[in-house]
Amino acid sequence: MREQYNEDLKKLNDMLVEMGNLVEISLEKSKKAFKEQDKTLAEDIVRGDQSINNLEHDIEALCFKLMLRQQPVATDLRVIATALKVVTDLERIGDQAADISEMSLSFNGKYPYKTVEHIPTMMKVCREMVHEAIRAYVTKDLERGKRADAMDDQVDVLFSEVKAEIVEILKEGKENIDDCLNYLIIAKYLERIGDHATNIYEWLEFLMTGELENTQ
Amino acid sequence: MSKISVQHLNLWYGEKHALKDTNLEIEENKITAFIGPSGCGKSTFLKTLNRMQDYVKGVRIEGLVSLDGEDIFGKGVDPTLLRKKVGMVFQQPNPFPMSVYDNVAYGPRIHGIKNKKKLDEIVEKSLKSAALYDEIKDRLHSSALGLSGGQQQRLCIARTLAVEPEVILLDEPTSALDPISTSKIEDLLMELKDKYTIVIVTHNMQQASRIADKTAFFLHGEIIEYGDTEKIFSFPEDKRTEDYITGRFG
Repeated sequence: MREQYNEDLKKLNDMLVEMGNLVEISLEKSKKAFKEQDKTLAEDIVRGDQSINNLEHDIEALCFKLMLRQQPVATDLRVIATALKVVTDLERIGDQAADISEMSLSFNGKYPYKTVEHIPTMMKVCREMVHEAIRAYVTKDLERGKRADAMDDQVDVLFSEVKAEIVEILKEGKENIDDCLNYLIIAKYLERIGDHATNIYEWLEFLMTGELENTQ
Repeated sequence: MSKISVQHLNLWYGEKHALKDTNLEIEENKITAFIGPSGCGKSTFLKTLNRMQDYVKGVRIEGLVSLDGEDIFGKGVDPTLLRKKVGMVFQQPNPFPMSVYDNVAYGPRIHGIKNKKKLDEIVEKSLKSAALYDEIKDRLHSSALGLSGGQQQRLCIARTLAVEPEVILLDEPTSALDPISTSKIEDLLMELKDKYTIVIVTHNMQQASRIADKTAFFLHGEIIEYGDTEKIFSFPEDKRTEDYITGRFG
């Protein structure tokens, strides 16, 4: 019984794993592109974002097909409903990684990595947080998800520190205004990436417990 | 207080233990659905609620079933009056081979209403409540057997309503009907629950999730899980419920 259904659910899981991997790779690359001011890499990330978007579309199409044909209930319903929500968060993380890369191109070799001390730390924490949230989701590991979720506080604190740093830099002179605004936007992207990772954890929680938290 | 309270109900057909220590509180003005694979006891349970089992040879029942706090197996209880309060609609529409009017007036006549005007009122009101009147008001004196399956089933519901029951039991009432007729019956049940307590046995899981407030899952004569329909269909607590509703068995 339900052979085709089970096959489709497995395919859905495989596609989510693949999308998670692509998003993680994109985020890792954007960290490198920002750090090394690597234009080629940054352009590669922007192009790669299209693959993530395509996968999101394919996953949504599979979910709609399953809803239409199988009218899922219980765990099946939660698996499909959360997949539809998680792909949106993954796609946004991919977008923001691409946006960060695009923005990195505008620094013009001024070594921004050293300018705002906490941005690299934020990138590291976000990268780790996204990795843990995605792994927790695909392995259905609620405890691991909780640890990922807890990292969001760290991201929020870092965001405040980046803001404070930028204010200090701006006080020193006006010549860095453009760069400072870009740093601030990058930090905001990272802060949002943290929120999306939190959402992934919250969808995992719904999947496992049936309880729905307020996602951001 | 529940409309119907079932406590430690056991039922045997000869040697076969068909209901095993079942307990259930059926709430007033709600639709309660019974789901489960064939032979799980859901129809047996349903038929116990208005003592239809009295007609089954070799049946033995233990436990308490009360309607508004009164034991339906109590000594002073007249089963005919109980069935007036707790009406029933079956899987196959079963209109009597007589006119539409006489089908609906049958119950009230049995219960002593002879006045033509009063009967006219009851027939019209019951057919309207069953969302059938407008379709067949010009055919009231034609044979009920000439109606479509969906109309016949709504006629059976009208016939049940004509004796002013408090509870309506329905045993797979739409399994012989097309989707449009099914949809009309479902809409009707949603309307009727404001005035009546409705209990429905269904094999159609989507039907239970569409219309029922509460759902009970039966398996091998036991009630495995009972709760709010949304909860049962989104996060069932028992693995057997999950396996059944997701089609892993049954």
